[in-house]
Amino acid sequence: MNIKDVENLANLARIELGEDEKKEILSDMESILEYVKQIEKVEVPARQLAGGDDTKNEHDLINVWREDKPVQRDFSRDLIISQFPDSKDGFLKVKKIL
Amino acid sequence: MIDLKNLTIEEAHESLKRGEFTCRELANAYLKVIKEKNPEINAYIEVYDDVLDQADEMQKKFVSKTDTILTGIPFAIKDNILIKERIVSAGSKILENYKASYDATIIKNLKKAGAIFLGRTNMDEFAMGSSTQTSAFGVTKNPIDTTRVPGGSSGGSAAALAGDMTLAALGTDTCGSVREPSAFCGLVGLKPTYGAVSRQGIIAMGNSLDQVSPFGKCARDVEIIFDFLSNYDEEDSTSVSDELRDSRLKNQNSNSKKIGVPWHLFKEGIDTEVQENFKESLDKLKKAGYEILDIELPHAKYSLAVYYIIMPAEVSTNLSRFDGIRYGYSAEGENLMDIYKKSRHNGFGKEVRRRIILGTYVLSHGYYDAYYIKALKVREKIKTEIMETFKKVDYILTPTVPITAFKLGEKLDDPVSMYLCDIFSAPANLSGVPAIALPSGVSKDGLKFSIQFMASHGREDLLFEVGKKFETIM
Repeated sequence: MNIKDVENLANLARIELGEDEKKEILSDMESILEYVKQIEKVEVPARQLAGGDDTKNEHDLINVWREDKPVQRDFSRDLIISQFPDSKDGFLKVKKIL
Repeated sequence: MIDLKNLTIEEAHESLKRGEFTCRELANAYLKVIKEKNPEINAYIEVYDDVLDQADEMQKKFVSKTDTILTGIPFAIKDNILIKERIVSAGSKILENYKASYDATIIKNLKKAGAIFLGRTNMDEFAMGSSTQTSAFGVTKNPIDTTRVPGGSSGGSAAALAGDMTLAALGTDTCGSVREPSAFCGLVGLKPTYGAVSRQGIIAMGNSLDQVSPFGKCARDVEIIFDFLSNYDEEDSTSVSDELRDSRLKNQNSNSKKIGVPWHLFKEGIDTEVQENFKESLDKLKKAGYEILDIELPHAKYSLAVYYIIMPAEVSTNLSRFDGIRYGYSAEGENLMDIYKKSRHNGFGKEVRRRIILGTYVLSHGYYDAYYIKALKVREKIKTEIMETFKKVDYILTPTVPITAFKLGEKLDDPVSMYLCDIFSAPANLSGVPAIALPSGVSKDGLKFSIQFMASHGREDLLFEVGKKFETIM
């Protein structure tokens, strides 16, 4: 890993980072990745996890769906709107997109 | 004068019922201690200004005989649990002024039962930390020794309870965030079975790991809170169904006395004093008639490594919603991208930024299979191994934390050493089984020791049973 990789990740994550912090994150990442790398040693089955194959075992996870129909919710519209950083006539206002 | 130090939920309930004191008097007693101690301890980020009004309202339930065991019981609530129209900030600047637009399911239920909310407690920012030092609202100190950390991330709730600033407290546990502060503050802390308690309305860190978790001064208090909170919630798609809850309880052993100890996990890397205390605790359990067995959990040693891949992956996904556009802190910027980047830079603290970047890395093209998918598969192995072990033993016993409460300021510059505090916590979160931290004595410096029991899915009842027993033989 190098500084360019950190910059690329910060860009993907939409976080601005200062020069010092980039260096710090690079060194932290190296020590954390060094630690987590130990899982390479574990042998695991090649099968796919949860989703689409026929080799599921009893611990496999399943998706839980609900019917797609409207239900009564107690969200407060006023509270939601009052927290918009910028708004106009009850609508959220954002910078020009195109 | 109410003896807050020794007060339990049941005793408070009886006293309220008999009219020995009122809800207002009880709440007021805690407010007084908060006023005196909180400026130094910083357990609460905010103490609500309507506590006495809440108390008067709940007093009516005793008049109308609609009271429950939690009516009038004061609670401290971790700052990542939504209470409608109140600020909930997850210890972060990005949500500093955020007001919840709905109640978490557990809050809705606690309100119905008549619980009183004293305030919201300090925490590591977005629950990322083991010492409550990464909060945007300052560090919390351990009431037992104010030069030391209370543990984390739910350190505010733990400190509030240990400092007699509340009678009950809620935290969340993603990898020891309730058990570790319980250990450092001399409390009982339960991480329930994954899916036992609703996560609806909890600010998520790692969705596949998070559980709302009660603190108590004794096992019975934790049991009362857990029994109340543990319900199926259709608003949480990972909530355990009533059917599964019943079937798990039906597999009961008549005589649950077998304790497995995975000695190989703590041959090294653990304080001598902690090791000694663990052995003493084991002797006490043996004398009380428990059978102690050596067990092997060959994959458990990878738990923390697996956790530090899965958790940041979930963090980077979860926290993408904080973009400075719809709510929370919003920075000035030239264009949308500029607003995102600046809001997230200024709004998040250092540890949060670090974990988002790490999560982005393990999920990025080229590393996804090697890190994330591999970690999921190892997680399955750990889970299978633990489930198999519970066919042979009723409990798995380890120390809760390898060390005792450390000094404020320590470990902040060395993330891996901070992460290692949670080495014994990770297996329960990864496999979804419940685990309880129990006080097991005091060091020569007056610091608290703690041991941790795990049981199989849905068997919190066994943890309370052994917890209550252990209190009598301590």
